[in-house]
Amino acid sequence: MNVNQHTPMASPYGQPQPGYGQPGYPPLDGGYPAPYAPYNGPASAYQPGVPPQGPARGPPTSAPPPVSAPQQYNQYSHSLGDVQNGPPPMTQAPPRPAGSQPYNQGAANLTGAHPSYPQHYGPPPTMEQVTNQMTRMQVTSGPPTPAGPGYAPPQSSQPPISTSYQAAPQPSYTQAPPPVSSTPTQPPSSGGPAAPQQYFAGPPPPSQQQFASSLPPTSQQQFTSSVPPPPSQQTFPPSSFSGPIPPPSRAPAPPASQSQQPFPTPQPPFSSAPPPVNQSGFAAGPPAQSSFPPQPPPPSSQPGSFPPPGPPPTSAPSGQYPTPMPHQQQPPTTQPSPYHPGPPPLRAQMPPTSNHLPPGPQGPSCPPGPLGPLQQPPSPQTGYPPQQNGAFGQVRSPQPGYAGPYPGQPNYGAPAPAPAPAQKRLDPDSIPSPIQVIEDDKVKTTEPFTTGVRGQAPPLVTTNFQVKDQGNASPRFIRCTAYNMPCTSDMAKQSQVPLAAVIKPLATLPPDETPPYLVDHGESGPIRCNRCKAYMCPYMQFIEGGRRFQCSFCNCVTEVPPHYFQHLDHTGKRVDCYERPELSLGTYEFLATVDYCKNNKPPQPPAFIFLIDVSYNAVKSGMVSIVCHELKSLLDHLPRENPEMDSVVRVGFVTYNKVLHFYNVKASLAQPQMLVVSDVSDMFVPLLDGFLVNVNESRQVIESLLDQIPEMFADTRETETVFGPVIQAGLEALKAADCAGKLFVFHTSLPIAEAPGKLKNREDKKLIGTDKEKSLFQPQGGFYNNLAKDCVAQGCCVDLFLFPNQYVDVATLGVVPVSTGGSIYKYTYFQAQTDQERFLNDLRRDVQKPVGFDAVMRVRTSTGIRATDFFGSFYMSNTTDVELAGLDCDKAVTVEFKHDDKLSEETGALMQCAVLYTSCSGQRRLRIHNMAVNCCSQLADLYRNCETDTIINYFAKYAFRGVLNSHTKAVRDTLVNQCAQILACYRKNCASPSSAGQLILPECMKLLPVYLNCVLKSDVLMPGADVSLDDRAYLRQLISCMDVAETHVFFYPRLLPLVKLDSSSLPMAVRDSEERLSKGGVYLMETGLHLFLWVGASVQQELLLNIFGTQSFSQIDSSMTSLPVLNNPFSQRLREIIDSFRAQRSRYMKLMVVKQEDRTELIFKHFLVEDKSASGGASYVDFLCHMHKEIRQLLS
Amino acid sequence: MSTYQEFIQQNEDRDGVRFSWNLWPSSRLEATRLVVPVSCLLTPLKERPNLPPVQYEPVVCSRANCKAVLNPLCQVDFRAKIWACNFCFQRNPFPPSYAGISEMNQPAELMPQFSTIEYIVQRGPSAPLIFLYVVDTCLEEEDLQALKESLQMSLSLLPPNALVGLITFGRMVQVHELSCEGIAKSYVFRGTKDLSSKQIQEMLGLTKPAVSGQQGRPVAPQDAAAASCKFLQPVHRVDMNLTDLLGELQKDPWPVPQGKRPLRSTGVALSVAVGLLEGTFPNTGARVMLFIGGPPTQGPGMVVGDELKTPIRSWHDIQKDNARHLKKATKYYEALANRSAANGHSVDIYACALDQTGLLEMKCLSNITGGHIVMGDSFNTSLFKQTFQRVFSKDYNGDFRMAFGGVLEIKTSRELKVCGAIGPCVSLHSKGACVSENEMGIGGTSQWKVCGLNPSTTLGIYFEVVNQHNAPIPQGGRGAVQFITQYQHSNTQRRIRVTTIARNWADAQSQIQHIESSFDQEAAAVLMARLGVFRAESEEGPDVLRWLDRQLIRLFMFHLRRSPFLQVFNNSPDESSYYRHHFVRQDLTQSLIMVQPILYSYSFYGPPEPVLLDSSSILPDRILLMDTFFQLVIYHGETIAQWRKAGYQEMAEYENFKQLLQAPLDDAQEILQTRFPMPRYIDTEHGGSQARFLLSKVNPSQTHNNLYAWGQETGAPILTDDVSLQVFMDHLKKLAVSSST
Repeated sequence: MNVNQHTPMASPYGQPQPGYGQPGYPPLDGGYPAPYAPYNGPASAYQPGVPPQGPARGPPTSAPPPVSAPQQYNQYSHSLGDVQNGPPPMTQAPPRPAGSQPYNQGAANLTGAHPSYPQHYGPPPTMEQVTNQMTRMQVTSGPPTPAGPGYAPPQSSQPPISTSYQAAPQPSYTQAPPPVSSTPTQPPSSGGPAAPQQYFAGPPPPSQQQFASSLPPTSQQQFTSSVPPPPSQQTFPPSSFSGPIPPPSRAPAPPASQSQQPFPTPQPPFSSAPPPVNQSGFAAGPPAQSSFPPQPPPPSSQPGSFPPPGPPPTSAPSGQYPTPMPHQQQPPTTQPSPYHPGPPPLRAQMPPTSNHLPPGPQGPSCPPGPLGPLQQPPSPQTGYPPQQNGAFGQVRSPQPGYAGPYPGQPNYGAPAPAPAPAQKRLDPDSIPSPIQVIEDDKVKTTEPFTTGVRGQAPPLVTTNFQVKDQGNASPRFIRCTAYNMPCTSDMAKQSQVPLAAVIKPLATLPPDETPPYLVDHGESGPIRCNRCKAYMCPYMQFIEGGRRFQCSFCNCVTEVPPHYFQHLDHTGKRVDCYERPELSLGTYEFLATVDYCKNNKPPQPPAFIFLIDVSYNAVKSGMVSIVCHELKSLLDHLPRENPEMDSVVRVGFVTYNKVLHFYNVKASLAQPQMLVVSDVSDMFVPLLDGFLVNVNESRQVIESLLDQIPEMFADTRETETVFGPVIQAGLEALKAADCAGKLFVFHTSLPIAEAPGKLKNREDKKLIGTDKEKSLFQPQGGFYNNLAKDCVAQGCCVDLFLFPNQYVDVATLGVVPVSTGGSIYKYTYFQAQTDQERFLNDLRRDVQKPVGFDAVMRVRTSTGIRATDFFGSFYMSNTTDVELAGLDCDKAVTVEFKHDDKLSEETGALMQCAVLYTSCSGQRRLRIHNMAVNCCSQLADLYRNCETDTIINYFAKYAFRGVLNSHTKAVRDTLVNQCAQILACYRKNCASPSSAGQLILPECMKLLPVYLNCVLKSDVLMPGADVSLDDRAYLRQLISCMDVAETHVFFYPRLLPLVKLDSSSLPMAVRDSEERLSKGGVYLMETGLHLFLWVGASVQQELLLNIFGTQSFSQIDSSMTSLPVLNNPFSQRLREIIDSFRAQRSRYMKLMVVKQEDRTELIFKHFLVEDKSASGGASYVDFLCHMHKEIRQLLS
Repeated sequence: MSTYQEFIQQNEDRDGVRFSWNLWPSSRLEATRLVVPVSCLLTPLKERPNLPPVQYEPVVCSRANCKAVLNPLCQVDFRAKIWACNFCFQRNPFPPSYAGISEMNQPAELMPQFSTIEYIVQRGPSAPLIFLYVVDTCLEEEDLQALKESLQMSLSLLPPNALVGLITFGRMVQVHELSCEGIAKSYVFRGTKDLSSKQIQEMLGLTKPAVSGQQGRPVAPQDAAAASCKFLQPVHRVDMNLTDLLGELQKDPWPVPQGKRPLRSTGVALSVAVGLLEGTFPNTGARVMLFIGGPPTQGPGMVVGDELKTPIRSWHDIQKDNARHLKKATKYYEALANRSAANGHSVDIYACALDQTGLLEMKCLSNITGGHIVMGDSFNTSLFKQTFQRVFSKDYNGDFRMAFGGVLEIKTSRELKVCGAIGPCVSLHSKGACVSENEMGIGGTSQWKVCGLNPSTTLGIYFEVVNQHNAPIPQGGRGAVQFITQYQHSNTQRRIRVTTIARNWADAQSQIQHIESSFDQEAAAVLMARLGVFRAESEEGPDVLRWLDRQLIRLFMFHLRRSPFLQVFNNSPDESSYYRHHFVRQDLTQSLIMVQPILYSYSFYGPPEPVLLDSSSILPDRILLMDTFFQLVIYHGETIAQWRKAGYQEMAEYENFKQLLQAPLDDAQEILQTRFPMPRYIDTEHGGSQARFLLSKVNPSQTHNNLYAWGQETGAPILTDDVSLQVFMDHLKKLAVSSST
């Protein structure tokens, strides 16, 4: 969602919008307020912008109208955001009808959202708003007279709420709606429309929500309502809305209903936006409010839903932070003032701050307050103050920038002298809330996701849903950044939206979903296209009565082999279509023939080789004995396909320090034999027979060995280790056995012993921040790169478990694991007592998880695009084949696509990912994933159907690879820049015109800034002083093979308040900000790698008793890694939750108990990603302002 | 006065020395005319049951470049307590401990009967004996099993305090750690990589990196020794361990594809063995015992590739310079041998295979270091088993018949100089006044290292008379030679045996008959044969024969010429190497047998009698027993064979026949009992395929060419184109006459 920051817009539109929003939204607003509030903030910004766009936007805003004034703001902002969420229903519907054009207007309306700000303010004083609006209108109109008018219309559109507005707006909306849906149709205007949409995004939400979705929906709809058939939004609206619909139902004023849900999300944005708007827009807002009043009801309904989210925070803050409260309360007042002052630029600016306070007053509309977001933060600011300042102010003199936006507001008043500097802050509640978006998606997703419809965006990764494969790969296998790809490369370039897919070829499916079917096409192997070699899939067109098929990737016609022939029915489908997985499903497997095997020989069963460091540190830390002990039982759980059968995987053992010890564990021996190889300069395998053995046959010898290893090295004094030769040894062993396999290397220290691959300690903190920093991410020398190449050629996958006590140069040691599809696990300062559980769980999972070997992945695409870049743990020797020595169920590959021709909207874009691999039973197979997405010639469509989480996944991988070659700052700038371009493009082409001061985000990308900020602040791109080089390299490599769900939680950790735990659902998460934490509460945070239990200093004793069984805060032992098992429902449930979290992640998360104000809290705070980070990372609010500034620069 | 025969025998019994001439021509010119140089066969450790070693150290001449040992030939002034060195004439005071000597109270070393005396040196720590087994595992199961049993058995023969180590090899080389409990531990080396001694020691963890001191842990000097103990352990400590370890030895597990030889890393295995000992026990007696069942097929020292279609080199290939690996491998093993010799370690090679095993290339290992070479067809034969057992035989004192780290030093009177030595030794490059410019054998030094010695080890020493013709030696003048042999006795004592002998000078012109009568034909034959073999080793075959033909006149030269020591026809390079190896180290008697095999004839007509090694001796009613040193052939004549087949020996009335049959067996048994290495024992009969062993040795006086010329029904014709002795002699006579003109 765009935060409607366009103060300018806001002001102008604001007024109008207010009107719109107010009218329609009021109800919605009620609900939205809180959430949307943020948008409002932007709204302020809008004001400035508004003038210009005024007219156009007006309409859009009109769309928003649904949203109630206060809500409106929220809504608007929300609406924008909401568009997706709630708005779709109401607004959308109308909007669509309106047509794209309307959207434009709608957009305007959106801007109107700004008005919404006013509305917010207004809401309370509906009348006032009106008046305000009026005043503003005048004022704004004064400046942007046109705007005024424009708004007016929009308002009219919005009017739904306010008669006047409605009148105008509605029409416009109706029209507008079409735009959205018809965006394409309106294309021309689309530019405008699009903008509108954006606005809608912001505003639309309100409108959309209301309208449904139809309009905003289009843009938003897709997003929010994406579920519903995006294409025909109109049609969808209903269905999609179904979810939303309820809301509609609630409020006959559909908006309201929509607004509620959608709003929530939207609102947040709005809220943020509003604030800004408020100030300036408020003036206008009032009017809106006036209009809104009606709406308010709906909002209220929504509020109900929202309230929790919005209010809680606010209330919480308020509770906690006295200041916040004031804000809320104040806001209203301020708002008024803003409005009033709003007109006067100065005031506007000033207002913001003050406004923020004012927002408070609006209290009820707190959410709205949020609208003011950008600027308003003030209220929150009080709470957050530091952050805000920190982020922008300090770093980029953001405040100035803000000022800009804010200024925008001022602008309203006048030429918006950008003075308003830092003073103003956005209300965090008013900016798009990830939590809100996540929750909305959860609510919305009630039906299983069916993959039959092309270009349909799946539910978010945070949502639990079932998938039904109806011809496209499940989102568990493939997620795309855009489900509606631009038809031309020009469009793609213009939008800068990355076109990428995150593919997790062997992903594990939940038990209630069918695993891929295995298809055997007989001796001749899978049926493939003659030219491009694409595999038989549902997209192949059978022609000539079924005697031939035409490849939909390259259009080549291929004969159907006789044994595969089948008649076609009257629709041209094969009669057996539904009996053959490869003709009806998105994902399936082929049995490969020997032609697909190395050397044309069926593969040998794979082998696992355990290579254990037995140097002094390894022994002393207890690692050696733990590993050996664990292996004894773990070996019974080697991967197998048929649980009834014994695993065919053979095992081998090596220990090493600066020499290597191989073990002969042949079944016929009474005792294992150790073979020491000291010639590490030229590694070889000293034995063949007896090294790789079947576990069952050699069990006794193996157990004897594992018993003896710890004893044998108990007194070792050897501190030096080698590493290169260790991998070489494993590789040579696999070579000798002529099989693929996996090495599990347990390693402790920098390999400084004389041997190939010897490393020197190059950790030099002085280099950080310099041009040479990148060299620290690059491996030392080329040895390991070459080794990795050899490993890949043999199908030797390397998993590395590190137990370092100091620098080990993960950047270099990780080269082989990363290139061979392996994993790195790092246990810094490993201590048996505290880290054992984590390590063992990781190890167990790593050993047991399904894995394929010697894999080659090829992504074929239909003509027009092609896969150009790949990110992940693999090796590539040419530009098309992704070679993976090992591929497990947790590894994802991100593939970027580029146009090499035009795509057509009719055929869409197809991709087929084929992975040839050797299963753990030694069978050669091909796993095929098919995916079809839509293509669009309208940017708006693109923006309506994107998935931010996937985009972030791509960005993160792109950036983390970038640090190898560029300065981290350059990488960050590139990211910010691209993100700004994406949003600016939307703003320019999709959103309805509005003032430059208004921040408008596409509904489905409204979280882009917050997530992007998290990426920018990550340890890799912006390390704190205490982050080691190894940690950064480790994270860098770790991220490279994460799927979307993992990157999501990694960058935006899940923070759960532990208040009441019911058995069925999880408590709703709160945003990652310190101000969301209550001193009296306990919170659980998971990042995918860490698990924290944060305990407030004045935690309730009941909680203490329930969780820890202790009476007082001081008695909590913060070193505990697991919670005491207490016999009370709370404790049980909490432990259940923790277990379920752990079960979800590929790595075991060690629990860390963090007591407030304890030393360890610093670590915890590092993950409060919405706050300013210790390493200088901007807070969300500050970053949003910065982003807005960037966008404005691009637009101007 | 006894005859020269007795004198010679007496001298040999007492000193273990036999000179070619027992009167020495007094000038260089005359000596040269005698053709056979003044030379001797020296058996340094000849068993002397009646010679108890003395418990003190020898008194040596104080002149720095002399250092000769006090001996019976020295003039002693008992009153002044001064003795004059008989080599450099330096006058030396007796050490304080000799204060009490007088004419009536002389130390042993001054008594004439102690021309050979043995001292026990108390200095220095006594080092244990070390036995390092280097075992090829690329064997057939049956062979490996037999070898394992032999090795296990040998453990019981070793002195309890001896250190023992085990290296096995196949495709890889494994050095087994013996001190570990539970898991059997070994260090593995790749069989294809040549490693320096330092690398090997590092890889075995024998050297402590200099940095280890930095880690606050003082490195005890014993560390190196302690570390070495991982691989070399006292037998009594690891007896059980090692027995188990040997028991679990597996055939080399690497698959051998069809048409390939197993990959055998003999070169690296030896390199590791040498490196290990070098790093742990330099200059201490040690025995590397290499057991191989085939040729080295990979890595340094490779003799033949692993392709079975490429046969191992033959003499034919060598002569055509078609042996690819020969030079390189030989050079490699020579380098190893020299390193090993420098540290006083000897290398035994026990090669048991039907095909060649690369002895030609590896022979220097044993030749230079005084190790044994034993060649057999299989480890699962009594030949190997008993020979191996005999390595550990003990003398009458219960000590092993082996000594280590010997250093032989020779002092001569000034009229005489040392040209060189031929035997299992290496030069120590000690140039002194008594070293001749003219080298024969291993020359240019007066000291040699003999790493492995046993009581029969015999060296040929060659001298040169340097006295000029115009500087006559006074009548009755005597030349003297002193042999000083320091060695490590098998009971770990350091000992020094000193033999001082003197011979009279004689004027060749006036006393030629005397000189002639002092000629020791047997010694001279063996000495000359050694020279011939030495040359044969280093020169082209035909040249040597020609040289020999020019030099020699005596009868047995006929046999020498035909012997495998000089002829390579019908012998593989390995066999030649094997025969020559033994020829240059055995004592005189054995050497003579080698040159001219002994043939005994058993019949009803009298006691067994030696007969001519001639085809005419092969008669139907005789049983022949031939001893060629390497083979012991019992040949039943045609009639005897028929009788035996008919089973007459089982009948009581033919008891005498039974006895006749038994007689050669008993004699053979006697020989088998004493000989090392054990000869190949062949029991054959007329017409038997194995009869070839006999037929190839006898003088082909009757062949298919002259059978009817002789017209007698005696003897058996030999199908050969070789010349008979008769022809040879005729030719020789002609030659002698013509050359004298």
